[in-house]
Amino acid sequence: MPIGVKVMKRPTQETSYLRATLKGMALTFSHLFRPKVTMQYPEEKSSKDWTLSSRWRGTHRMLTDEQGRAKCVACGLCPQICPANCIKLVPGEDEEGNRYPLIYEIDEFRCVFCGYCQEVCPEEAIHVGVHYENSEYSRDRFVYDLERLSAQTHPVSTLWDPSDPKGE
Amino acid sequence: MTFFVVASAIKVFVVFNLIMVGVALLTLAERRICAWMQDRLGPNRVGPQGILQPAADGLKNFLKEETSPAMADKALFTLAPLISFVPALLTFAVIPFAAPLPTRWGVVPMVVADLPVGFLYILAISSLGVYGIVLAGWSSNNKYALLGGLRASAQMISYEIALGMSTVAVLLLAGNVTLSQVIAQQQQGLWFVVPLTLAFLIFFISAFAETNRLPFDLPEAEAELIAGYHTEYSAMKFSMFYIAEYSNMVTASALMATLFFGGWDIPFTTWDSTGDPSVIKSLATLAAFGLKTSVFLFTFIWVRWTLPRFRYDQLMALGWKVLLPLALIYITVLATAIWFCRSQLEWDYGPGMAWALGGINLVLLVLLVWWLDRGRIVSGSVQEEAA
Repeated sequence: MPIGVKVMKRPTQETSYLRATLKGMALTFSHLFRPKVTMQYPEEKSSKDWTLSSRWRGTHRMLTDEQGRAKCVACGLCPQICPANCIKLVPGEDEEGNRYPLIYEIDEFRCVFCGYCQEVCPEEAIHVGVHYENSEYSRDRFVYDLERLSAQTHPVSTLWDPSDPKGE
Repeated sequence: MTFFVVASAIKVFVVFNLIMVGVALLTLAERRICAWMQDRLGPNRVGPQGILQPAADGLKNFLKEETSPAMADKALFTLAPLISFVPALLTFAVIPFAAPLPTRWGVVPMVVADLPVGFLYILAISSLGVYGIVLAGWSSNNKYALLGGLRASAQMISYEIALGMSTVAVLLLAGNVTLSQVIAQQQQGLWFVVPLTLAFLIFFISAFAETNRLPFDLPEAEAELIAGYHTEYSAMKFSMFYIAEYSNMVTASALMATLFFGGWDIPFTTWDSTGDPSVIKSLATLAAFGLKTSVFLFTFIWVRWTLPRFRYDQLMALGWKVLLPLALIYITVLATAIWFCRSQLEWDYGPGMAWALGGINLVLLVLLVWWLDRGRIVSGSVQEEAA
């Protein structure tokens, strides 16, 4: 043992191994009957002290207008700002000159879920969602196309609001 | 003769399977109780309340890859799990687990082999278990495994002495090593825990060290030695060490119940030990024995999830400087007391003598607790600075 270790002078009741042991045993025994904190996950998805924040940035969702078309006008801002370069956008134009995305794909594996796409979108079309269950059987399934993005129904993220930093 | 052979074969089969199932359930109990103590639920998915979890674990272990270190001693590496597994199961053979069972062909004593050498056999066989651990540590050719094996041998040898000494007290009182006789004695008088409280305490503490359970699981010491002696083991070989550890626990618990808590005796009644044997009696006493054993098993688990691990020098200090002298002094005092009761007062073992010895034990216990409580045991090993 190292020399020069200072041993504190403590009263017997604090240094008694016997008492500490019995105390510990009583404590663990009492914990046997306390309410458990485990959340039974697949059946139970949130509990009193565990809920998903409304600012959670999960897999994307494309909002649609009344006719069920994507709100996207293919302005190209989201692929421009995307730091992970995960958005593929090919713009198209109909006879009336309205722009719409021919191809709109997000590679969820490349995505870093920064939420810039939602922030930059002038039409409030693309959103990151409050959602976290994304398992699939193959890697290709993680490239979400426009149809799939529009079909998502989970709530969209509120992101962080600089004017209300604490979410009040 | 045929009857004996057939009955023994059936008993061996039943006891072996009961222990294996018991060990399986014990692994589950360990995990669930530990979870409850930590305010969790524990494994509850496989089958109702997780009851099939051990089966799933077993299946997993059978399907896992068996790794073998390149520089390991192949023969000993394979042999070591067996050496620790077999003695762990063998020891249960001499423990009577119920009142004799009447059958159409005769009365069957509910013990696999009622050996006249009784718990000497247990001491002999359980000491063999250390070979498994040491050889596992050595043959793995891994420094952590070797250290684990080294610690295991030192620890088990040290505590075996205290363990043996505490059983000497039982010998003095019972005058017999046959476990069925020890139980019979306790049925006549009082459970040996009253006249031999301190022996029980020593036995209890040593049993923890002998089974390598916390707070004495130095051979495993996952924080320091990865997993100790079974670092290099995988799949069923690893499982065998696990089974060995748990069956050692079962045996130690059963032994404590037998030596100090009347074995299969049901307290406050003589119905179970007198009169003709019957099936009901066998079942009731089996339940009583199971209950006593389970209480000790629970205590094993309870202590494991409460106490931290000892430092190595503390472990050795407790074994050699506390338990061994204590056991020696205790035997001296007790032998004198028993001699006095037997030859001077001409008592036979009965409630009177048990309570008288119990009184002596109480005095010794109070002294011991007073001495232990002064914080001198298992305190820091450095001198306190002069104030």
